[in-house]
Amino acid sequence: MDSITIIGLVSIITAGITMAIGGMMPSIAEGKAVVRALESIAQQPDSSPTITRTLFIGLAMIETSLIYCFVISMILIFANPFWNYFVDL
Amino acid sequence: MRLSPDQIVFWEYGFIHINLTIVTTWALMILLVVGAWLITRNMKSEIKRSRWQNILEMIVLIIRDQIKEIGLKEPDKYLGFIGTLFLFIAVSSLFTIVPWYEPPTGSLSTTAALALSVLISVPVFGIAESGFKAYLRSLAQPNFLMLPLNIMGEISRTISLAFRLFGNMMSGGLIASILISIAPFFFPIIMDALGLLTGMLQAYIFAILAAVYIAAGMQNEERKTVKSGSEKELDTQI
Repeated sequence: MDSITIIGLVSIITAGITMAIGGMMPSIAEGKAVVRALESIAQQPDSSPTITRTLFIGLAMIETSLIYCFVISMILIFANPFWNYFVDL
Repeated sequence: MRLSPDQIVFWEYGFIHINLTIVTTWALMILLVVGAWLITRNMKSEIKRSRWQNILEMIVLIIRDQIKEIGLKEPDKYLGFIGTLFLFIAVSSLFTIVPWYEPPTGSLSTTAALALSVLISVPVFGIAESGFKAYLRSLAQPNFLMLPLNIMGEISRTISLAFRLFGNMMSGGLIASILISIAPFFFPIIMDALGLLTGMLQAYIFAILAAVYIAAGMQNEERKTVKSGSEKELDTQI
């Protein structure tokens, strides 16, 4: 295999694995956070605005890692710097 | 495939590029400014007033209440900055219902600029509120050894602020354009509707996080007063 085939192969496989793991773990974490928030709202309906706001901020924080994984896999597929380097060569 | 509206360049001279992001940003800015000027031109305080003034007052009051709930005591000082961030991101994602429109927040340059303005505004508001020394002390919060870690935290949360907005807006457009090539008629509309929801949510989260960071940059004084207050309560209870 020449280097450009290896780069394409590794990039696509890595992008898939990145999205798989990076989509799985934050989803579990967000599910746990939402479950806890719902339990808290059911116990104390009066403080639901505060809980909802904090929940949204926390969900955004958790989702950041998923967004990182997504951006990296998009870079690997559509704007791969190594691929571009060897194509230009 | 295009990842961002940066890649459509209209005009180019040296290092100056006029691309779709800049054009859309300026169009949105003109729209917001002219709209706000038209609405606030003749405001009335009577019972009967224009519907636009009503909706603008609602938006401003909601943003103010949210800022106050975060813990900033005088929301009017920060209303201009945080409200502008929210309105710009919200309007730029709301306009995706217009065909061939691409949100300028789907480009990393725009979101990096917004996040940089948050990075600069945190020390500016903190110094204006509690003075230069108190702000430096809040950077070296638990002890002096944590100073580099705190500075790194400021920078990394700016990067995460930029990438969160960029990733969300870009993924919306990308998923719609991939689905157009697979299932052309129905599914892109659903994903666009979902994209509207995420866009509003991201605008809310960006503004709230900016408010939280600003509040964290100036909490030094307030925390002491709160602590002494609770100690007093404990004393009276005993």
